[in-house]
Amino acid sequence: MKKAILISLLALFVTAAYSQNDQLTGQKVPSVEVKTLDGTTFNTADISNDGKPVIICFWATWCKPCIKEHDAINDEYEDWVEETGVKLYSVSIDNSRSSSRVQPFVNGKGWEFNFLLDVNGDFKRAMGVNVPPHTFILNGKNEIVWQHVGYLDGDEEEYIEIVKKIENGEEIK
Amino acid sequence: MKNIYISSKFLLIILFLPSLTFSQNFLEGSKVSGNTQIDAQVYSQDSKLGITDSTLNYKKFGMNGFTNVRYTNGNFSAYMRVEGYLNPMVGYDPRYEGVGVPYWNVNYKIGNLEMTAGHFYEQFGSGLIMRGWEEWTLGYDNNFYGFNAKFAAAKGVMIKGLVGVQRYFWEPYTPDSRGIVKGVDGDFYLNDMFKGMNNAKTKITLGGSFVSKYEKVPTMNFSRDSAYSVIVGTDTTNWIKKTTYRYNLPHNVGSWAARINISNGGFSFYSEYAEKGNDPNATNNYIYLKGQAIYSTISYSRKGLGIYFSSKWINNMSYKSRLTESGNPPMLDINYLPATTKVHQYSFAAMYPYATQPNGEFGLQGEVVYTIPKKSKLGGKYGTTITVSYSLANSIKKEQISTGIPIDSTGTKGYKSPFYSFGDIPYYRDFDVKFEHKFNKTFKAKAAYYNQTYNKHVIEDEIYDKDELVYAHIGVLDMTYKFTWKKSLRLEAQGLWTKEDKGNWAAMTLEYNIAPKWSFAIMDEWNYGNDNVDMRIHYYNVAIGYTKGTNRIAVRYGRQREGLLCVGGVCRYVPNSTGLTITLTSSF
Repeated sequence: MKKAILISLLALFVTAAYSQNDQLTGQKVPSVEVKTLDGTTFNTADISNDGKPVIICFWATWCKPCIKEHDAINDEYEDWVEETGVKLYSVSIDNSRSSSRVQPFVNGKGWEFNFLLDVNGDFKRAMGVNVPPHTFILNGKNEIVWQHVGYLDGDEEEYIEIVKKIENGEEIK
Repeated sequence: MKNIYISSKFLLIILFLPSLTFSQNFLEGSKVSGNTQIDAQVYSQDSKLGITDSTLNYKKFGMNGFTNVRYTNGNFSAYMRVEGYLNPMVGYDPRYEGVGVPYWNVNYKIGNLEMTAGHFYEQFGSGLIMRGWEEWTLGYDNNFYGFNAKFAAAKGVMIKGLVGVQRYFWEPYTPDSRGIVKGVDGDFYLNDMFKGMNNAKTKITLGGSFVSKYEKVPTMNFSRDSAYSVIVGTDTTNWIKKTTYRYNLPHNVGSWAARINISNGGFSFYSEYAEKGNDPNATNNYIYLKGQAIYSTISYSRKGLGIYFSSKWINNMSYKSRLTESGNPPMLDINYLPATTKVHQYSFAAMYPYATQPNGEFGLQGEVVYTIPKKSKLGGKYGTTITVSYSLANSIKKEQISTGIPIDSTGTKGYKSPFYSFGDIPYYRDFDVKFEHKFNKTFKAKAAYYNQTYNKHVIEDEIYDKDELVYAHIGVLDMTYKFTWKKSLRLEAQGLWTKEDKGNWAAMTLEYNIAPKWSFAIMDEWNYGNDNVDMRIHYYNVAIGYTKGTNRIAVRYGRQREGLLCVGGVCRYVPNSTGLTITLTSSF
């Protein structure tokens, strides 16, 4: 009996997987409702940057490598924006316990990204994020072209290289 | 078994009906994504830690794994999670053993209505009366199985409703095993609702919720002794009379909550008050008392400065869909009580964590984050960030309901507690200060000091006194040196000093990273100050990590130190173990 449920779902997933080119890569960002820092509802399908690339970083205030990643990007961000016009959306997956800490935390840190709050993890689940940090890069058509899990010092250099490649019209593998 | 059969038939219909209806076009817009994590451990015997094959129950291999798959097509989506515990890794409940699909759902949106059938996670407000969530590292999952609807009734108005039964390991739902949970919630974003407020700087959101559980209650008795004396002539005989009473347990337990959120630029205020009806249960020793909770946060921030303050008061707020359920791991929780303590990432700062006490606690937390600006004299080229935070948790005041009836006596009203009262048993204190500074392009450092008070009796043993307080000082120095943009070396030194518990500790981690793929680390935690000389153990580990895109594999060999692992005030006990751990994560 249990098999019936499994087989039916798997059949659907497999057929669907074959009928598309690549899984999440190449897809648009799924439509999920999250909040901005002032409590306004924001639909993630509206993430865009006037035809320029977008970086989406999933993080949390309790995640040490995420904060390292944000700090490292923040040091370079002004230059990045100037050179490539890239826009960074920082999605906090802090739950109700710590989500109210996000605004004072990011302001205290002096980070200047576009912040979104995914309090119940809906966007996280829709994007297949296991553990933060998880970073996505979108091309000018808002399609996901690259993603990366974890953070090691220096990873941010790779992000900006990918962004530059997109800007130059190079293919991202 | 019957339940699963029905649900699978139902699922087949739901899944294939639309595919038939839309025929060809259906699969064209299909998208699939998902992720996987597999944690596997091979355990070794370790005489130093007292681990032998028999203490491991001859289970020398443990594996916890899951795969999520999400299918979307336009406004339709389906989700499923396969989980397997073969055998569960040490520290996870043996009742998780097995493989199956504990979570699946189908979801569609039509206009302003969104429906989910199957399993779902939902949260009302801050979760004081209703929250479904899952945390893999804790082995925590209280998902709901039923129906969930979200209806955007008007601009700025969101109404949610749900009916469901909760997950209990792999046990299918039966009317005797657990109750049915129902709830409605409304969110009213005033600035969208009223034209005049559209462009106001002050944003106001009001919300309210109601939750109820129905349970087929068991028949349960308790007995109470009363003393009396019989005097015959000059002889006095003392007797004890045992009287048995039957609990009159409520079939329905309701709860409600109201909340407000006001923000204006950098200023933000949130408060939620909740009440729960009479709910005698195993956690509160079957007392007939109403539950109450209030949780508030206030924050102010501008560029370079963030100030945050929160407080909470909880009285008798354990709310589960089976009244006899208690203990660890926490299962069948309908609600969630936000913790007002910080989650620390450095291992020693997290050695004495805090676990929320649902029967009653008073909590406070404050934090200031300040960044000395870039290119200033003190801030240097890159700025310096200073974080100072303090948190506190105490008992609440409990008074006898009348003389002769001890506090918390089963079958009575339990106790009286004045609203927002502060009791005299410290549960937890944490003061910490942290500096972060980047000296130049190649070198950055962090230094932190923590001062913690940990009530071991309350947090680990549920004994509500102050006889075993642990006072700990912790210091951390974390330095990163970059050779090239790809290669970096990180050195982390930690110390923990305490006269109580296991005494002093020292730790060192050395990590060499080659971005974006490789990571190598060696670490050691040494309990050099243990009173028992035989227990001055080195918890050593070596680890290698490899990442490519979204695939990551990490291999670690060494000793795992026992302790509490907590996320959001919910904790899991991790026992000592030695062995090889392989973690594989991937998403697609």
